[in-house]
Amino acid sequence: MTYLGDVFALARKDLLLELRSRDTVPAMLLFVVSTLVVFHFALPSDASATAETGLLWVALLFTALLGLVRAFVAEREERVLDGLVLAPCDRSAIWLGKVIGVVAFLVAAEVVALPAYALFFRPVGWELVAAVALADLGLAAVGTLLAAMAAAGRARELLLPVLFLPLVIPIVVGGVGASATDDPGRYLAFLGLYDAVFAILSWASFEYVVTE
Amino acid sequence: MSTSLRNNEHVVLAAAAGCLLLAGTSLAFYWVPNAPVEGFRQRIFYFHVPIALTAYACFGCAAWKAYRLLWTRERRYDLESYTAVHMGVIFGILTLVTGSIWARTSWGHWWVWGSRQLVLFLVLFLFYAAYFMLRYSVEPGPRRANMSAVYTLFGVALIPISFLAIRLAEDLVHPVVFTHDVQNRLTGSQLLTFLVCLAGMLALAGSLYANELTGKRLDARLRELREALQ
Repeated sequence: MTYLGDVFALARKDLLLELRSRDTVPAMLLFVVSTLVVFHFALPSDASATAETGLLWVALLFTALLGLVRAFVAEREERVLDGLVLAPCDRSAIWLGKVIGVVAFLVAAEVVALPAYALFFRPVGWELVAAVALADLGLAAVGTLLAAMAAAGRARELLLPVLFLPLVIPIVVGGVGASATDDPGRYLAFLGLYDAVFAILSWASFEYVVTE
Repeated sequence: MSTSLRNNEHVVLAAAAGCLLLAGTSLAFYWVPNAPVEGFRQRIFYFHVPIALTAYACFGCAAWKAYRLLWTRERRYDLESYTAVHMGVIFGILTLVTGSIWARTSWGHWWVWGSRQLVLFLVLFLFYAAYFMLRYSVEPGPRRANMSAVYTLFGVALIPISFLAIRLAEDLVHPVVFTHDVQNRLTGSQLLTFLVCLAGMLALAGSLYANELTGKRLDARLRELREALQ
């Protein structure tokens, strides 16, 4: 099989698994909506647009974290990763397939989260949608690699947030900047730069994380 | 072991660090004239900035060792990279402390979000503190070495990206000393003091690194021997 064939087979496996078991996405949806409701009560009634946008980004970040913690659970419990590493395919294809799956989950969560945000707080502009799309790629790229690392550790549910949050601070800066300032272009470009740098790094280094 | 410094080299490095730091401290306190705007408190610059640069040097060194580990797959680079991160975190904490003192004397607050360097070091501190969590949570072995190395390499990519992010997010509050603005440029005596302090801090970091590396190697060797005996 070609490289892309491997990638799509792996992504298809993840999506099918989710479609049949419905483990992760419903939880992400409920989580993001309940977080938004919590934020409504956490914010003062005269909160600024920037504060509300910031909280939306916090909600998205933690929703992504929720999905990522689950990303390698099946691989770990059924020892799939050992088999995949032995399979005659490029190891980075495993990463890319997983990233596609994670992005699909994130998009599914945001398809609900953004309208909910528009309903509860304020209308959603194109800048916010563009920023969320770019942020998804970065979150999935970095998160998948770190989730693979954390899956090898003892306290993986604890380890992943600790590894993940310092690395995605720039995404929050870019996302909030793009959706709350008058000049979204710079921030969107920054998000693009972040995606490119960390996607290339993760793609190149995934092999070392899963092999000895 | 072939790469570890011999004992007398440790002593020479430590002595050099001691002399340079003593000289730097005396120069900073007794020789350099007061800065025009900031006055006496500007002298913390001769400690804060060299410490920060030394921390960067440690992180850079750690990333280089990590890269060598992935490239050559030689086990010794794992401990070397780990030790360099360890030193970097120590100097990073010192940067936060000295920066905090400077912020207090300059702006009246212990913590200023407008100070880019401080925020950057906070992010880096969180990032590299998680490195220790990763190491402690994964079983020792080649896979842990690889993961630690990949994580360290992410660190060097994160430094410029975070810097850019903080720059995008912030206003300008931190005094920028290396500018082309004539009034703010370092004078000859200031530059000399700064360089002596920087050399002292680098020598100190090198000396601590060599000592810590020896200790960690002994530790690892001891553990191997203990396992062999059981």
